[in-house]
Amino acid sequence: MERVPILKIGDVLLVSIQIDLQDQSVLALQEDLAEKISSTGAHGVVIDISAVEIVDSFIGRMFATIASISRLFDADTVVVGMRPAVAITLVELGLTLDGVRTALDLERGMKILGQLTARRGRDA
Amino acid sequence: MPSPTQGPERVPITGDDDVVRVRQLVRAYAQRMKLSLVDQTKLVTAASELARNTLVYGGGGFALVEEVHDGPRPGVRASFHDDGPGIADLDLALADGWSSGQGLGLGLSGARRLVDKFDLDTEVGRGTVVTVVKWKR
Repeated sequence: MERVPILKIGDVLLVSIQIDLQDQSVLALQEDLAEKISSTGAHGVVIDISAVEIVDSFIGRMFATIASISRLFDADTVVVGMRPAVAITLVELGLTLDGVRTALDLERGMKILGQLTARRGRDA
Repeated sequence: MPSPTQGPERVPITGDDDVVRVRQLVRAYAQRMKLSLVDQTKLVTAASELARNTLVYGGGGFALVEEVHDGPRPGVRASFHDDGPGIADLDLALADGWSSGQGLGLGLSGARRLVDKFDLDTEVGRGTVVTVVKWKR
């Protein structure tokens, strides 16, 4: 089974999915991310799916699960770079990804996380 | 001169890496039949759902992938075979949001929406065959 690497940039964790995901890799990524958020105290997670050719219900559910887990660690999740064909297919499949924040690309995703972190700082 | 018709090719489905293999083979056929990128993505996504069903609910089985022709119109057919418990209540299994397992209940109903033709042949105690076709537009 291939594992998806998790990179840390400042207080953001970056996951760029470059492999054809099998279900075991999806489950391993969820666990690795929970571990990493907890150990680093990261405030944001960016999942880059610009290289992902299909998102089925299992992979789609992973995004929602990761968003829920990271929320428990006081971190926000943004999914970036979804391909147009993937977006069309997801909607037709019936997956709406409620509760998952998305951005067009990595740059905008990082910007959103920056704004959320700043807001968090003000509220604190 | 027309190229010889490809397939069927058979992929055993016994582990979740086989689901990835099915996706790759279906994509190769969809590209060869020159389906649009959106239609390729829809067919591969449907195949991924159905291959996972074969594995999780059918206890494993195999997939057959082949090209098909309706007059001049090419397409790809993929079928998913298992000797599992079969599906007792088809209407329920095809309803959105219903799942006997840990899924979202979108597998069968979602896959059906993504393809042009969807056939389900099942018998309790004997197994299930799901066949889908996507045509080039």
